[in-house]
Amino acid sequence: MAEKIDYGSLKKGGFMRQKQKGYFSLRLAVVGGQMTGEQLLTVSKVAEKYGHGYVHMTSRQGIEIPFINFNDIEEVKAELLAGGVKTGVCGPRVRTVTACQGAAVCPSGCIDTEDIAQKINDRYFGRELPHKFKFGCTGCQNNCLKTEENDVGIKGGMTVTYDSEACIGCSVCTKACREGALSMENGKVVFEESKCNHCGRCVKSCPVDAWKGEPGYIVSFGGTFGNFVYKGEEVVPIIGDEETLFRVTDAAIEWFAENANPSERFRKTLMRVGDEEFKEKIKAAFEG
Amino acid sequence: MSDIHFDETVDITDKVCPLTFVKAKAAIEELDEGQVIAIRMNDGEPVQNVPRSIKEEGHKILKLVDNGDETYTLYVEKVEDEE
Ligand code: SF4
Ligand code: SF4
Ligand code: SF4
Repeated sequence: MAEKIDYGSLKKGGFMRQKQKGYFSLRLAVVGGQMTGEQLLTVSKVAEKYGHGYVHMTSRQGIEIPFINFNDIEEVKAELLAGGVKTGVCGPRVRTVTACQGAAVCPSGCIDTEDIAQKINDRYFGRELPHKFKFGCTGCQNNCLKTEENDVGIKGGMTVTYDSEACIGCSVCTKACREGALSMENGKVVFEESKCNHCGRCVKSCPVDAWKGEPGYIVSFGGTFGNFVYKGEEVVPIIGDEETLFRVTDAAIEWFAENANPSERFRKTLMRVGDEEFKEKIKAAFEG
Repeated sequence: MSDIHFDETVDITDKVCPLTFVKAKAAIEELDEGQVIAIRMNDGEPVQNVPRSIKEEGHKILKLVDNGDETYTLYVEKVEDEE
């Protein structure tokens, strides 16, 4: 093989070099952990024809087709694309946006995670940055998607309000709440707002809808779960609308692009330069 | 203070999730529209989650009473599915 392999541009196109010479494990673009049946059939055919007839599911809801020969790359890409499947990305850029099924399917969901994941993907996927950058989106405090592992994690929540007129005093919500924020007094609920984590369980459990919940986004920053492990941190209160959410995520990515050294993860940059200025920037974006 | 009138009882303290809900649901199915059942359940997961699941099934929850022995009694009125 006289041709020189340009690993950088291959990585950009989702081709992960294998230890077997001349072979790549091809990463596919998956958004929010979902693929159509038709896309899966395409993937299946390509894996049979060009790979070893199997796929690998990655830890972040991605699919890879191992054992793609370097010489087949163009055909493989074309066949996938014809079946509606795009290749993913590796390297220093915005990666696969992950999501749980969220409010569209799960009874616990507070936000439509798949919709948000798609919007984040449309906005940022593949953008070049100093290092890899991961978004994850989960529908509620149950945190099935483990958002704090991500550079930016988005978690659904609810800002809740109590209507004592409507309340029948059944006390179901005081047990549904896991944070101990609710107690009964004289047949009505006492709400200790400082203990509330916006899980929305009171809203979901009240039989007469005496709790109302406004869905919102709880955002964490600088999570990483590789060689170095750090739990992403919240900087601003729960965000009530998409516009503010994207202002905040834009600000985070901008700050990272401006401040990070090459090959430095978001959290490492925050630790090196200090997070005061970053927090100010996020707060300013939050306030608009 | 359980001055609530009820027609049936079921004890789900011998079950763990998700069988707690399954047993409660089966007992509710035996009722006629408008009848009330007293469901005895354990503290912890069952009392946190079973009332909500029963709400989602469309039945009417009347009251949750702390029995003081780490069990709770949930009073539920049966609502028939309108089909
Ligand atoms: S995080 Fe919440 S909404 Fe998402 S799958 Fe888990 S329970 Fe459902
Ligand atoms: S939202 Fe969750 S934490 Fe807040 S009061 Fe309701 S149940 Fe408790
Ligand atoms: S669940 Fe609803 S009706 Fe029952 S005590 Fe709480 S707010 Fe009142």
